[in-house]
Amino acid sequence: MKLTLKIWRQKSANDKGKIVDYKLNDVSPDMSFLEMLDVLNQELIDKNEEPIAFDHDCREGICGMCSMYINGRAHGPDRSITVCQLHMRSFSDGDTIYIEPWRASAFPVIKDLIVDRSAFDRIQQAGGFISVNTSGNTQDANGTLISKHAADEAMDAATCIGCGACVATCKNSSAMLFVGAKVSQYALLPQGQIEAADRVQNMVAQMDLEGFGNCTNTGACEVECPKGISLDNIARMNRELMKAAVK
Amino acid sequence: MGTLNSKVPEGLLKDKWTTYKDKINLVNPANKRNIDIIIVGTGLAGGSAAATLAELGYNVKSFCFQDSPRRAHSIAAQGGINAAKNYQGDGDSTYRLFYDTVKGGDYRSRESNVHRLAEVSTNIIDQCVAQGVPFARDYGGLLDNRSFGGVLVSRTFYAKGQTGQQLLLGAYSAMNRQIGRGKIKMYSRHEMLDVVIVDGKARGIIARNLVTGEIERHSAHAVVLGTGGYGNTFYLSTYAMGSNVTAIWKAHKRGAFFANPCYTQIHPTCIPVSGDHQSKLTLMSESLRNDGRIWVPKNMDDVLAIREGKLKPIDISEENRDYYLERRYPAFGNLVPRDVASRAAKERCDAGYGVNKTGEAVYLDFAAAIARYGKEQAHVKGLDEDNKALVTALGKDIIKAKYGNLFQMYEKIVDQNPYETPMMIFPAVHYTMGGIWVDYNLMTTVPGLYAIGEANFSDHGANRLGASALMQGLADGYFVLPYTIGDYLADDIRTGPIATDTKEFDDAESLVKSNLDKLINNNGTHSVDYFHKKLGKIMWNKCGMSRNEKDLKDAISEIAELRAEFYKDVRVPGNANEYNEELAKAGRVADFLELGELFAKDALQREESAGGHFRDEYQTPEGEAMRRKEFQYVSAWEYKGQPKDAVLHKEELVYENIEVKERSYK
Repeated sequence: MKLTLKIWRQKSANDKGKIVDYKLNDVSPDMSFLEMLDVLNQELIDKNEEPIAFDHDCREGICGMCSMYINGRAHGPDRSITVCQLHMRSFSDGDTIYIEPWRASAFPVIKDLIVDRSAFDRIQQAGGFISVNTSGNTQDANGTLISKHAADEAMDAATCIGCGACVATCKNSSAMLFVGAKVSQYALLPQGQIEAADRVQNMVAQMDLEGFGNCTNTGACEVECPKGISLDNIARMNRELMKAAVK
Repeated sequence: MGTLNSKVPEGLLKDKWTTYKDKINLVNPANKRNIDIIIVGTGLAGGSAAATLAELGYNVKSFCFQDSPRRAHSIAAQGGINAAKNYQGDGDSTYRLFYDTVKGGDYRSRESNVHRLAEVSTNIIDQCVAQGVPFARDYGGLLDNRSFGGVLVSRTFYAKGQTGQQLLLGAYSAMNRQIGRGKIKMYSRHEMLDVVIVDGKARGIIARNLVTGEIERHSAHAVVLGTGGYGNTFYLSTYAMGSNVTAIWKAHKRGAFFANPCYTQIHPTCIPVSGDHQSKLTLMSESLRNDGRIWVPKNMDDVLAIREGKLKPIDISEENRDYYLERRYPAFGNLVPRDVASRAAKERCDAGYGVNKTGEAVYLDFAAAIARYGKEQAHVKGLDEDNKALVTALGKDIIKAKYGNLFQMYEKIVDQNPYETPMMIFPAVHYTMGGIWVDYNLMTTVPGLYAIGEANFSDHGANRLGASALMQGLADGYFVLPYTIGDYLADDIRTGPIATDTKEFDDAESLVKSNLDKLINNNGTHSVDYFHKKLGKIMWNKCGMSRNEKDLKDAISEIAELRAEFYKDVRVPGNANEYNEELAKAGRVADFLELGELFAKDALQREESAGGHFRDEYQTPEGEAMRRKEFQYVSAWEYKGQPKDAVLHKEELVYENIEVKERSYK
């Protein structure tokens, strides 16, 4: 396959940045998208140019590090996957592909396609946990029965990989799917009940402080979420917030 | 340094840990506030240690090279975590988990450490449930279990095919609580580039801020390395792209002995290599072997027809299939340990029966399980058990519920539907049992320097059983290190803060800087990856699933030559004072190029076959691994300037509570 790539280049956070054109002439459809970029970077290094910086690590769709806006879509054209799981067979010979970083004021660009997502960590630090020390003396794991339904639903919420696609794709740069997923995981489990009110209030307060927008129910986040996290989690978070307010 | 002192406590095996905890020195809460601990790595071991030590009151500084501690590669572990809970009432016990682990490791692990691991395994499950980890439950609300290779009980707890993710997020949440309280100071996008030793004790590290390129000094009263394994020496592996040996290699160069570097796990069920562009390999969880049957065609005609695309695997009749694991190992069948399953796949492919274009793949087939589950469901629902289409549909639903994410992952990569046609799989580098030598306290040969999780060597011997890596990481971090490190730090309550404006820090920093300068100013002709790929080829071909004297000797000289070429000819673009991934990679590959040689040297001296280390010269007439009594030791290497000059120290392994016998899964 022959491809034209239009890639966002930005030297540092303070640089203005621009789209730069590159051509690749021999792309195999079996390559992953990141392997295609590896090939481009190899060519750039051989020409003594600076390679394109992008975040990536596990390359199997679970670490949540990779983060690219491809042809106007977070993680590219396919659904339910991250960029690292995207393969070139999803594109055609002669295609032009636009590659940009996540865009959100709460995710400032570090370099090229790399953004700073530490705001997500700070939201979790505000309340994304159950306050239990390591002791070896907690009760037996089977001491509390948890219905399979609740456990499965909590698991579905807990599969969030924290990549930030929800924020990147949202016209409001809202982080509510991310926060809703964590709030839901604990709200669905008996262990999470004790701190439920403080948790949701603190996490939402931090989310607002970081500059993420509000939710207007467009549902783009659910569509682009590589793990298919449901909008129901946002509804549940709002319900938890309401419950906490009237307590 | 002479003999190694493993500091294993006296007494009966089952009492050692309890007695030890009763007798160690403690640090009182007020004094803990005056003690700093550096923890490098935020995976299951590093993350759980950081959280627990901070809860106890120590000041923790945590480092990871990723953008968030939540992204450490423990996150990619799929299948599950073992614990001797015996919830299934199928005869499990602490002793049996200990026994399975020592036998699974081919009698090359330390008895006392493994028994302690089995003892604390049950606490891990309790702790994780209390944290809100959503393990799978059955309809009665109790925890569910599955079975893994090399054992005859169901002791594996799981959260779909994402158990590592859920456990890591549990540890991450515990860390977040302490970061929020200010007890952990988190340094993301930082890479450790040296350990600083002051008066013979580990007192700090030199780290590089990967965003700004700045070189930083950090001091502490103790340094803990939870930086994972070194499988990326092979270039292609199931490790994350950034996984590296640098932290433990630098520790090795500062005096920590490196143990059993040649013990590598090659995992049997990975997606085969598709081409030269390949950057990493993807694992398909061992849990799939609960329901998948592994086979190749019996007849060469069928193999050739499949390769030419003239025949589909589903068209080959039962009697023309060779379910070679069931044939060779009737007692354990498809659930033999990983080393055995990998070698058996290699044996069939070497004999010419591989089923893809390169001849390096075997089938993992779910058709029988789909039919079995489908029939069961039809029966439960009172539907027609003889309706084939219905049974298949019902069976696929069950398989989807169990392994849905893995099947999706497979289909995305290979572009084939594994519900309709068998998966193609082949072994790939997955884990390293070897690592930094530690004593019973998890302390290295450098006082105050600890190694936990995959970074150390102690628990898995020559082969790790499935679902035991998560167990060990969390055991070390949550339940072992917090005790043992206190015993050491009890002597440091009057030390006060460790200064960083000393000669030791000056020297370490200038060494780090000169290494970076050398790489960035080299102006060679080849990229870092060019050398890394070359190293990977040498490792895979000569230090891979089977090894022999000639290949290993060749590997040693080839790696040394490649290392010389690397320093002469590597090209690193950009500058050192900015975000520069090529520079970070160059430093890591430089260390792989040293470790690789020690790896081959270790494999060469170990004239026996044990677990993942298989020497062609030492096998039984049936082709099984042949252990030799005179090699019943840990090889611990002392750094002496060049890998070729490393000095071997031996820790004899004593088995008093388990009979050392031929490891049979027949």
